[in-house]
Amino acid sequence: MAEMSARPRRAQASPEIERLVTLLAKLPGFGPRSARRAALHLLKKRDGLMQPLSQALADAAQSVRTCQRCGNLDTSDPCSVCTDPARDASTLCVVVDVADLWALERSGAYQGHYHVLGGVLSALDGVRPEDLRIASLLARVQAGGVSEVVLALAATVEGQTTAHYLGDLLADQGVSVTKLAHGVPVGGELDHLDDGTLLAALKARRSV
Amino acid sequence: MSGWAGRAIALGARRLGENDVILDVLSDAVGRASGLVYGGAGKRKRALVEPGSRLELAWRARLDEQLGFFEEIESRGAGPAHLMDDAAALAGLASMSALLLEVTAERQPCLGLFEASDLLLDAMGNYQNWPALYVRWEMGLLAEMGYGLDLSQCALTGSHDDLAWVSPRTGRAASREAGAPFADKLLVLPPFLLGGQNKPESGDIADGFALMGHFIDRELLSPVRKTMPEARARLIFALGKTGRL
Repeated sequence: MAEMSARPRRAQASPEIERLVTLLAKLPGFGPRSARRAALHLLKKRDGLMQPLSQALADAAQSVRTCQRCGNLDTSDPCSVCTDPARDASTLCVVVDVADLWALERSGAYQGHYHVLGGVLSALDGVRPEDLRIASLLARVQAGGVSEVVLALAATVEGQTTAHYLGDLLADQGVSVTKLAHGVPVGGELDHLDDGTLLAALKARRSV
Repeated sequence: MSGWAGRAIALGARRLGENDVILDVLSDAVGRASGLVYGGAGKRKRALVEPGSRLELAWRARLDEQLGFFEEIESRGAGPAHLMDDAAALAGLASMSALLLEVTAERQPCLGLFEASDLLLDAMGNYQNWPALYVRWEMGLLAEMGYGLDLSQCALTGSHDDLAWVSPRTGRAASREAGAPFADKLLVLPPFLLGGQNKPESGDIADGFALMGHFIDRELLSPVRKTMPEARARLIFALGKTGRL
């Protein structure tokens, strides 16, 4: 009977592979299953992908830092956006996150400077003004040379609450404060839009 | 499988993983309730879980004690989008949501409070005098939580006329004359809280905020070591800035 109950031990991945899977599973968009697939893929393409990736990760960890002026991520501080002489230093675009800065850069539509807030005011998450990079924004505006601040914040209750808060703070600073328009996206069909977007689009209608 | 369906107002959503959120709502069926919204952080549903969204939804769980999930979520009219351009209305919405999250108990039906909140949301986008309604809503919140103010008669004389003060200890009204000797200790009772026929005048809304703030803090927040939501201070500031206090 004792022999019948003895089961063969299940083969386990080595601790190194387990550690790799555990770390990969912490990345956004990854779960344990997709992390395992990625780990396997990396191990299969050790020379072509895994080694260069680990080198790139080490390089980035070593050299990328947060720009003390705007909050962007770059290898230099101040970052390449802040030091680019071709950019319009009189316009400052306030974004929540570096991902938003990258999105605006991808569009190629904006040629000014940025300021990354690092979040939005949130009663639910307990984010207060002092938790955000608001003091440094005010300092930049007060230092002079800025004529317009563009608030490129999310069209959410928290995003717009933050925008109004910043608008109040900047009201007496002698700069023009603008915010992004809300409405119908390019390629959007009306019957697929939510009520809120349609309402915002109607409110912001303009003559043709 | 247990569950319920009905009308609700979204109060806030916390992200869970990449795509989902845990949504808090005030519902007509069971009061404040939480549940998972699959795909709530995605493009299609993100607008629905914004605070102030007015929803029709169903809650399902295998057992009543479980977190459960919301499904069949549909918008039922203007949500927070119509408040986005008004700093005071947005602060009012944030204050209302934060207070409901802080002081209401989960799964305690409060139909009156739900209807009042729904009405207030509607008013914020459409009526200029909504701050008076907001103060009355806070008075209703106190009453719903069991700490209603007694503004029916003077606690000192029994008179029903010229009520002008409220005792900060008992929450009972006092007439102008009887309360005058204790004026420095009493809270001002703005006339608009005594009936809809009294239109708020300059300073009345500020008095109403001070009155309700005192009792909300003393009866609902301090006993459980909570503080007044910052959004309420922002609301008062925004109203003061536009001369609506």
